Amino acid sequence: MTKIKRKNRYKKHLVHLFILPAALLYGVFQLYPLISAALNSFYSFNGFERVDFIGFQNFITLFTEKPYKDFFLNAFSHNWIYFFVTVITQLIISLILALIIHSKIKGKEFFKSMFFLPKLLSVIVIGFLFSLILNPTRGALNTLLEAIGLEAFTRPWLGDMSTALLSVIFVDSWASIGFSMLIFLAGLQAIDKEIFEAARIDGANSFTVLFRITIPMIGPALMIMTVLTFIGSFETFEYVFAMQGSSGGPYYSTDVLTTFFYRLAFGTVDGGQAIGLGSAVAVVLFIIIGMATSIILFVFKRKDFER
Amino acid sequence: MKTNPLLQIIKYAVLALFTFVFGYPIFLMIVSSFKENAEIFTNPLSLPTSFNLDNYIEVWEVVNFSNYIVNSLIVSSSAVFIVLFVSSLAGYYLSRYRFKWNPYLLGFFMIGLMLPMKLAVIPLYMTMLKLGLVDTLFALIFIYVAGGIPFAVFLFYGFFRTVPRALEDSARLDGCNDFQVYYRIVLPIMKPAISIVGIVNLINVWNDFFYPLIFIRTDSLSTIPLGMLTLFGEYDTQWNLLFAGLTLSSLPMIIAFLFASRQFMDSLTEGAVK
Repeated sequence: MTKIKRKNRYKKHLVHLFILPAALLYGVFQLYPLISAALNSFYSFNGFERVDFIGFQNFITLFTEKPYKDFFLNAFSHNWIYFFVTVITQLIISLILALIIHSKIKGKEFFKSMFFLPKLLSVIVIGFLFSLILNPTRGALNTLLEAIGLEAFTRPWLGDMSTALLSVIFVDSWASIGFSMLIFLAGLQAIDKEIFEAARIDGANSFTVLFRITIPMIGPALMIMTVLTFIGSFETFEYVFAMQGSSGGPYYSTDVLTTFFYRLAFGTVDGGQAIGLGSAVAVVLFIIIGMATSIILFVFKRKDFER
Repeated sequence: MKTNPLLQIIKYAVLALFTFVFGYPIFLMIVSSFKENAEIFTNPLSLPTSFNLDNYIEVWEVVNFSNYIVNSLIVSSSAVFIVLFVSSLAGYYLSRYRFKWNPYLLGFFMIGLMLPMKLAVIPLYMTMLKLGLVDTLFALIFIYVAGGIPFAVFLFYGFFRTVPRALEDSARLDGCNDFQVYYRIVLPIMKPAISIVGIVNLINVWNDFFYPLIFIRTDSLSTIPLGMLTLFGEYDTQWNLLFAGLTLSSLPMIIAFLFASRQFMDSLTEGAVK
């Protein structure tokens, strides 16, 4: 009897082997680096070595001293522009496309696959591809504009400070519309058909149905996509890096917080590396993105935590 | 409902316009990869005058393209396999056993869902330096596994909670131990969750550029996206080679998508909604 009991207890302990590998890998290669990155913002650095604990000094330098203050505000404002423009170019367009594909049309699968295709390409491939397409002298876009008589609109899209950031955002949207369209489609398909029947019997026209029923019913999907877009706009790095380099050219007109972070961490702002300041930028981004993510997790996915 | 013919025309016009917007750049990339450099310069929009694979052969020779492909295959397959294995075990543990620390473990994994890992790259670099893994494929595999775990654990956890325990209980009565129950009963019924986690991670890992940029120094250890940086750095005036390289690096995913477009689209949607 006792022997059996002991054997069972032995087996019970073995069960913890189920959680161990995941917890260990995640703990060592993700959680520890995240915590350490946050702590780094309170230290001064010599190369990669922590020197002194200096409290909030890195944050004070970042927010008040030139040139950091100007770089920070410049990049920060670009992230906000990125977000607001993306809401229009990505969310509104993908919602319209989803509504059309959800309605009575032929070839749904073809259009869905077609719009989704760019999502499968690497961000760096897309960035490089568009740097060729948007090239001022040899690029396809300017050639196309000339061919259809719109020479007046040709310009060095990525080299002109007034169009550079917008061009990068357009390319990002080009790649991401398909995915948000699928999310909206999933939301539309989940709406109970009887609601539309009832509305029609009550004599509602399609305009009323769209704004009074369809859009409110996919409200959660709309909200989630808005928050995801917000997070994406503050995490964005690869498109800017691929098309405009790590300094967000021309003249920092496409600089965002992640490229500013990259330069501080790997060393081209004001000479040497500035890991403490870079970590302070990281912490600012942790706070912004962490707050946005908690909205999704706690408002929309609370069911995972209710036992 | 009666369909308004004018509205239908507008709908198809919008769809046609966007098919052009999404399809043309990719079409242009593929078509230009068959042209000669001078031809791209003089007639960027025209179809190629001849169909030859010279550009592909040259790209294959001037950069280590075969190495890039092998490295991408090694990193993606190992990372996806390990994420699936360890996360499904963890998700099973969290949903089936009621230990008092399970809610804290969920919170522990959730931090990784909330914060962008890219910004932890400096401590990550120092960790890899200490472990002697900088400039090895192991660094990338460990990073992608760690990065994939939180999402995968939550998805498997949610999935297991929808699966009835009766099956597992009867297997236990038949004398299976915990691991046998997991391997023989649980794994076979969770194919949908496996395909979601697998596809989401495969796309992320295969296409990622950021971590190879930081952690790989040796060109022969580059993955395909980092190899593109080498190509664009060294041959920036030879657009025929650039287009061929871009096409070559996109081809594996595009082909996979042609064969399994539904699974790709469904997995990514469900992965995001769940």
